[in-house]
Amino acid sequence: MSRPMGRPSQSSIRYSGPPMPAETITLDVFRFQPDGDGKTTFQKYDVPYHEHWVVLDALNWIKDEVDGTLTYRWSCRMGVCGSCGMMVDGVPKLSCAAFLKDYYPRAIRIEPLTYFTVERDLMIDQEGFLGKLKSIKPWLIRDDDQTPDGGEYLQTPDQLASYKQYSMCINCLLCYAACPVVGAEEDFIGPAAIALAQRYNLDSRDQGAAQRADALGAEEGVWGCTFVGECSEVCPKNVDPAGAIQRAKVDSVKTWYKKLLMPWGGS
Amino acid sequence: MKRRYCTPLGPTWFLGRAGYRRFMAREATAFAMAAFLVYLLFLLRGLGRGYHDYLEIIELTKNPIAVFVLSLIFGAVLYHSFTWFNLTPKIMPMYVAEEKVPDFWAAILMGYLPWAAVTAVVLWGVLWWSG
Repeated sequence: MSRPMGRPSQSSIRYSGPPMPAETITLDVFRFQPDGDGKTTFQKYDVPYHEHWVVLDALNWIKDEVDGTLTYRWSCRMGVCGSCGMMVDGVPKLSCAAFLKDYYPRAIRIEPLTYFTVERDLMIDQEGFLGKLKSIKPWLIRDDDQTPDGGEYLQTPDQLASYKQYSMCINCLLCYAACPVVGAEEDFIGPAAIALAQRYNLDSRDQGAAQRADALGAEEGVWGCTFVGECSEVCPKNVDPAGAIQRAKVDSVKTWYKKLLMPWGGS
Repeated sequence: MKRRYCTPLGPTWFLGRAGYRRFMAREATAFAMAAFLVYLLFLLRGLGRGYHDYLEIIELTKNPIAVFVLSLIFGAVLYHSFTWFNLTPKIMPMYVAEEKVPDFWAAILMGYLPWAAVTAVVLWGVLWWSG
């Protein structure tokens, strides 16, 4: 993991198109070019201020009108895809849900999600997270091989309610950027992956809890979490990964004791 | 050469957000909890050795500095306990007739109420025993 190379420098690019509206807001945007000298900078952009605009609208305006080299991820623009997460004034947020009016007239500092390797500007490398996600097997695991012809796996509303909250995760990674353990321990599986493991473990149709137990019960699994709780605070979908991790800890202890007291079949 | 950059976790990371500061306060007050337990152990040891030894410890802790420090420690112990009571419903959500009990009431039922009940029983026992 590379480390920052001194204090980021400041520079600015000016807009030279049609006259700007009377009200503008300044975005102080983190820049990093992997092909350059490795130095990070902050670039100031004056952007038209509209009350209904979100940070993503402002970034799109910059890219279209001022600086086409600015790089960031986005897709749905409505808080569903989870791809436009970034640090907005130091807080992990979906840029499509962060309104300019909540910051105006102050300048807004925009940075990539913390603790992730930056590919370019505001775009982070998600490979590490995807590996962690795969390690907890986030899919329905069955002991039998029932085909669709065999019918549906029926579920009561209560059974659905037991895991539904955790199934709302959109993998936006805001929880990782809010978690200091992710910053301190590179191998920590992290809030979203553990919440998703819990989502499948609690699903009445799933029979794979034992297969996920090793990854979850490891030091870099649930026991790495110190219950800071900020992952739940920044979650745009109210998934409450902090709660999921603590419940997974309780389940992990129960599994351990069952194995200890009933080695013939306590798993 | 393609370079990479990663925001580091600085040594003062816990000052950055109110939630981090609350977390550190909760964790740091665990030391006060340990100090309070050591003090209680000293009191118990004094009791075990006899009334005279117990009174000696009480006399030692009567000066204003000791009272101030013990009050601080006791305040920190209460903060530590209450923050964990409040977090209990997140760790063990409570259900009644398959309905989730709101966190506020679950904290009262699982934390504050048993704590108050145990305190009342202990107080009653002490008062009854002391005549």
